Amino acid sequence: MADATNLQALGAAIAEAAGPAVQEVFVERGAELVLRTGRDTLVPLMLLLRDDPRFAFEQVMDICGVDWPERAERFEVVYNLLSLSLNRRLRVLVATDEQTPVPSLIGVWPAATWYEREAWDMYGIVFAGQTDLRRLLTDYGFEGHPLRKDFPLTGHVQVRYDESRKQVVNEPVTLTQDFRSFDFLSPWEGMTTLPGDEKVHQIRSERGQIEGPQS
Amino acid sequence: MSTELVSGLPQMDGPNASQKLFDADTHTINFGPQHPAAHGVLRLILEMKGEVVERADPHIGLLHRGTEKLIEYKTYLQAMPYMDRLDYVSPMCMEHSFVLATERLLGIEKDVPLRAKWIRTMFAEITRILNHLLNVTTYALDVGAITPSLWGFEQREHLLEFYEQVGGSHYHVNYFRAGGVAKDLPAGLEDRIGAWCQRFPKFLDELEGLLTQNRIFKQRTVDIGVMSAEQAMAWGFSGPCLRASGCAWDLRKAQPYEMYELLDFEIPVGVQGDCYDRYLVRMQEMRQSLRMVEQCLNHIRPGPVKIADHKIAPPSRGEMKRSMESLIHHFKLYTEGYHVPAGATYTVTEAPKGEFGVYMVADGTNRPYRCKIRAPGYAHLQAMEALSKGHMLADAVAIIGSLDIVFGEIDR
Repeated sequence: MADATNLQALGAAIAEAAGPAVQEVFVERGAELVLRTGRDTLVPLMLLLRDDPRFAFEQVMDICGVDWPERAERFEVVYNLLSLSLNRRLRVLVATDEQTPVPSLIGVWPAATWYEREAWDMYGIVFAGQTDLRRLLTDYGFEGHPLRKDFPLTGHVQVRYDESRKQVVNEPVTLTQDFRSFDFLSPWEGMTTLPGDEKVHQIRSERGQIEGPQS
Repeated sequence: MSTELVSGLPQMDGPNASQKLFDADTHTINFGPQHPAAHGVLRLILEMKGEVVERADPHIGLLHRGTEKLIEYKTYLQAMPYMDRLDYVSPMCMEHSFVLATERLLGIEKDVPLRAKWIRTMFAEITRILNHLLNVTTYALDVGAITPSLWGFEQREHLLEFYEQVGGSHYHVNYFRAGGVAKDLPAGLEDRIGAWCQRFPKFLDELEGLLTQNRIFKQRTVDIGVMSAEQAMAWGFSGPCLRASGCAWDLRKAQPYEMYELLDFEIPVGVQGDCYDRYLVRMQEMRQSLRMVEQCLNHIRPGPVKIADHKIAPPSRGEMKRSMESLIHHFKLYTEGYHVPAGATYTVTEAPKGEFGVYMVADGTNRPYRCKIRAPGYAHLQAMEALSKGHMLADAVAIIGSLDIVFGEIDR
């Protein structure tokens, strides 16, 4: 696998060739090259990455969404590219929100269709230029976008076959026990301040006695 | 909808015509979701012109269980069993990507004991044989040969017994762990696998004897569903389907993970990219996997099978009963789990069906923030229309069989 310096050089070469289209380049944990680009520049950048013999990313292996509700543009679309001839991988990130469409990559790779349909289905990310933006994985007539962080794990409806009406019916979900989500942030690791201990924590952090993530 | 006369019928006109002309409209048929040749719950809407496929629109998601959503609500350890249930034909290879991704994010790849790595490599290859055995034989069943599947399932049973001996169950073994494997191999298992390695080539020869030169099998598969290398790349193909189109691309060679760097094996590559080549590639891969299993057996040495860090791998049962600290570690590990430093990784392995990737985003807590599963079959099935257009209905069945579709991983 390519090491960090090689990846950095590749990132710099892409940034130079693509100009302002590349907003940010970084190497994740010294092993994975990541680019950040804007929605307007996505398609030209991808065409460059695919067609330029220096990069030759022939394949898009995966497209998926990630939801960050606290961000101004809550969705991130992640493209994982692969170059077979040069044996390299690259990740391209694009941010968007619920309304703003991301240009579709259907013209660059036909394989993009199902991945974009899935991102639409799961997150409600709109892809401009995608002619086949139907739901893919969820049920016919499903409402909502289940992988959004504000969509409950239990869902909103449950399905059963109604013998009297001779059809499948959707009903509001009922559980004998509510879904329990535990707070795992404990003093053992992660959270370093116990409730009520904030003052002690502040004193210790001023003295530089606290290591690890500060909370 | 277009209306056309069927060519080749005698033109009859006039009032005396005893035969009636009929129109062959394009018509739409539902293939599946309960059709045995649909390899699971594939609902394929086929628009046919006569018996020729005009348009193929796969409807998937009938087995969608929301694995990615569920994983977001589980600790890394609790999320492991979901991986088995993706491609239930090759469970350990599914676990492999998840485990490697977690190890990468934890930064412990270098600390995993060698014995655990060899065991994981060996079982990944056993799993490949398991998978190909099922695919090749049921594929033969789809195109009319019953015997291979009867023979193949018997062989699969031997391999599944190895699964059972290490993990306690036939399919959903949940054996791999971040930092090693769950348990050490039981006594004598290496010898039993070694003995099986001696027997298996004979079976492969017999299976090839049934199919490779079989006239009917060749008539049904040669030149059916042809995919050029360029097309295969554009459609995101990977694994045997990509190699059958002539691309010598294998992640085990190109981007070696685990112990593949030290193994001696070859990558079978096809020429035509048709259904027959996909079959041939899988048959050869089984022989290569067998070589690898034998090499792994020679390399395995006694030693620990889990990382020494008790924040990630549990202490031994005996230790737990005596040491207070071990008891705390054990309790914390199985309730809270381990916290994974914030970061993201796209980790891939060469699963039997192709590139199986896990895009995992960690936010520093004990649960994955996002876990996208990249299933190879998903990309392959998407190309169904490109592959089957202009072919007969029966060829669509052969194409589905040759793509090695399993709905556990496609629908997730």
